[in-house]
Amino acid sequence: MTWTKKVLRVNLTEGSVNEEPLNMDWAAEYIGQRGLATRYLVAETDPACDPLGPDNKLIFATGPLTGTAVSTAARYSVITKSPLTGAIACSNSGGFLGAELKSAGWDMIIFEGKSPSPVMLNIINENAELVPADDLWGKSVWETDRLIHEKSGDPQTRVAAVGRSAEAGCLYSAIINDLHRAAGRSGVGTVMASKNLKAVAVRGTRGVGNIKDPARFMKSVAEEKQVLAENAVTGQGLPALGTQVLMNVINEIGALPTNNMQLSQFEGAHNISGEAMLEPRKSDGKPNLTTNAACFGCTIACGRISTVDRTHFSIENKPEYWGNSGGLEYEAAWAMGADTGVDDLDAVTYVNFICNEDGMDPISFGATVAAAMEMYEKGAITKEQTDGVELKFGSAEALVWCVERVATGEGFGADLGLGSKRLCQKYGHPELSMTVKGQEFPAYDPRGIQGMGLTYATSNRGACHLRSYTVASEVLGIPEKTDPAVTEGKAGLVKAFQDATAAVDSMGLCVFTTFAWTLDNMAPQMDAACEGDWTVDRLVEAGERIWNLERDYNIKAGLTGADDNLPERLLKEASKAAPTEGQVCNLDQMLPEYYQLRGWTADGQVTDELRQKFSLPG
Amino acid sequence: MQVTFKLFATLMPYLPAGAEKNAVEIEVKPETTINQLIDQYRVPRAQVHLVLLNGLFLNESDRDQPMQEGDTLAIWPPVAGG
Repeated sequence: MTWTKKVLRVNLTEGSVNEEPLNMDWAAEYIGQRGLATRYLVAETDPACDPLGPDNKLIFATGPLTGTAVSTAARYSVITKSPLTGAIACSNSGGFLGAELKSAGWDMIIFEGKSPSPVMLNIINENAELVPADDLWGKSVWETDRLIHEKSGDPQTRVAAVGRSAEAGCLYSAIINDLHRAAGRSGVGTVMASKNLKAVAVRGTRGVGNIKDPARFMKSVAEEKQVLAENAVTGQGLPALGTQVLMNVINEIGALPTNNMQLSQFEGAHNISGEAMLEPRKSDGKPNLTTNAACFGCTIACGRISTVDRTHFSIENKPEYWGNSGGLEYEAAWAMGADTGVDDLDAVTYVNFICNEDGMDPISFGATVAAAMEMYEKGAITKEQTDGVELKFGSAEALVWCVERVATGEGFGADLGLGSKRLCQKYGHPELSMTVKGQEFPAYDPRGIQGMGLTYATSNRGACHLRSYTVASEVLGIPEKTDPAVTEGKAGLVKAFQDATAAVDSMGLCVFTTFAWTLDNMAPQMDAACEGDWTVDRLVEAGERIWNLERDYNIKAGLTGADDNLPERLLKEASKAAPTEGQVCNLDQMLPEYYQLRGWTADGQVTDELRQKFSLPG
Repeated sequence: MQVTFKLFATLMPYLPAGAEKNAVEIEVKPETTINQLIDQYRVPRAQVHLVLLNGLFLNESDRDQPMQEGDTLAIWPPVAGG
C-alpha cells in the first residue's frame, strides 16, 4: 500500500489533534501529495477565502512513495491558498522531514483554524500534540530548530518552521525544513505564521512498509537507480555542479534575465556560476562549494553545501555565518545575482543563508529587490525609503541590506516583503513587476525560450519553472531537442510536461529524476509498491486530472483567462542579447492552441465535459 | 584567425592553460571545423552534448562546418538543473 491511510487533522482554533482515515477513493484518482492534498483543500475550503484568515487550511502532504526505497522519495508538499497570488499554492520540499512524517505513520497533516497564541506541533510516531511556542515566536528558523532539538534531545527530530519574515507578514515566506530545504514558493510560510503555527517537529521510527510486491519492488528500484547512476546528468552533472551548472548555459544562449528582466545576458554570470563555486578563493584557497548533499533516499545528491569567505564584508564580524550551510541553487543565484546585477558570489551566498535562516523564497525576494532597484534608478523609490542606501543594480551592499530587513520586516523590509507586484503598485510602476498572477519569475527569459513563456503564463501557482520545465527540451535536449525560438509545438510540449510533472509531484518523487527517467521508469516502481494497477497511462490521466482541479480552484478563487498573461516587457520589448536579439515572447501564438489542447473554453474555463471526464467536484 | 573556446562543467579539465572563466582565446587555421577543434583539445566526443556557436545550438550533423574569425564556441557535457 505505502499510503499509511492516516490523516492527522489539527484544529488550531480548538487546540485539538485527531486521527482520521485517508480517503482512498481520492487517492486512487489523485495519487497523493500535490494531487490528493489539493482534492482535500477543494473539498474543505472556499476558494474565495482570505488566504491569511482562519478559513484557509494548510496541508502538509506526502506521496505514496515518500519514505520508501525509491530514489529521491523524500518529498512532501505544502498545499494552501496563496497570499501572494490568491491562487492555489503547492510548494514541494526535500530534505528529511517528509520521509520522517511518513515513517511516523502519517500521509498528511491538515491544519485548520487559527491558534489564539503561538504553538508548534510535536509528532512522535502515532503521538501528536500541540504545545505552546511563545518562546519560539520571534526566533529565526535556525534558532527555532536549535531550541526544538535542545528540548527533544533527539538529533533525528526533523523540524519545519517559519522564520521572522513570515511573522512580519512577508508575502513570500517559505517553510524551511532541515535548516535549508524549503517549501519555498507562493508564501506558504506566511499562511503558517498567520495561524500562529511556528513549527512542526517530527520523529518517526515505524518505517514505511506494506509494499504490495516487495520482491518486484526491490528489483524495480535497483534497476531504476542504475538508470540514474548511468545517466550523465543525474549520475555526474548534478552531483558535481548542482543546478548552478545552468548559469553559464542560459547566459550563453541569451536567456538569462538581468536587471529586472531589462536585459537577457549578464556580464557577471560566470562569477556566480556553478563553475565559479568550484574555484579556490584568494583569501583562504578554499572554494565556495564544500561538498554536495543528498535528501532522504536520493542517489543524485544535487544539494550544495557552501561557505562564505570570512573576510567578506557581509560576515567579517559575524562568526555565526563562518560555517557551512545550504549553498546556491540556480534559481536563487539568478534572482539574487543576475536579476539584481550583483556578481559577488559571497554576497549572494550570504543572502541565500539569510533566506534560509528567516524563511524567504529567494526567487521572489531577489526579483522583488530587482524591481525595487529599477524603481530606485527611475527615482520612484528614494534614499528616504532606503535609509540612505543606494539601491542600484549591481550593489552587493544594497542586496545584503535588503535581505537583513526583509528577514525581520524592519523599515523598508516591510515594503520589500509585499512582493514585486504590490511593491510596484505602491510606488506607481505596476508595469515594472515581472510577475504572473502576482508571483515572480524564475531564471529563464521567455523571449529566448518560448515554451517557458507559456509555462509561466499558465502555471497554476503563478510564474514558475517547476510546473512544466520545457527548458529540458528547448535548451538541454532532454528528452529531445526543440528550438527555443519557435512557438510551434510548444502548447503540446507544455501540456505534456504539466501533466507528467503533476503526477511526479504527487507520487513523492523529485522532478530531477525526469532528466533520466520518464513515467515509464516510475510506473513500475509505483505499481510494485502501491495497491491498484499503476500504468503510465493512469499516471498521465491523474496528472491531467490534478491540473484541471487546480485550474478549477483558481477560477473559483476569482482568476480568469486574462491572468494567463505575461508582463508587457516580455511581449513587446525585444531581447538585446546577440543570440536572441529582436525576439519577444509570442504568447499569443501559443495560448489559444494550449486552451484547445486542454479542452477548455476560449476564455480558459474548465468545461462540464472535463469535470465529468475527470470526476471533478462541482 | 582568432576564436573563443569555452568548456564548462565536467569538461573544464580539457581547457588549455591560460583559460579564465572557462574561456580562452585561441588561434586556429582558417577552415578549422568545430569537430576538429574539439578533437584538437582531446575533448571526448561522447561527452560533447550541448554545443553553442555564438550562443546558437548546433546539431551533431552541423559540427563539420568551418569556424569564422571571432566566433565563440561553447561546449557542455549533458547537464540539467532548474
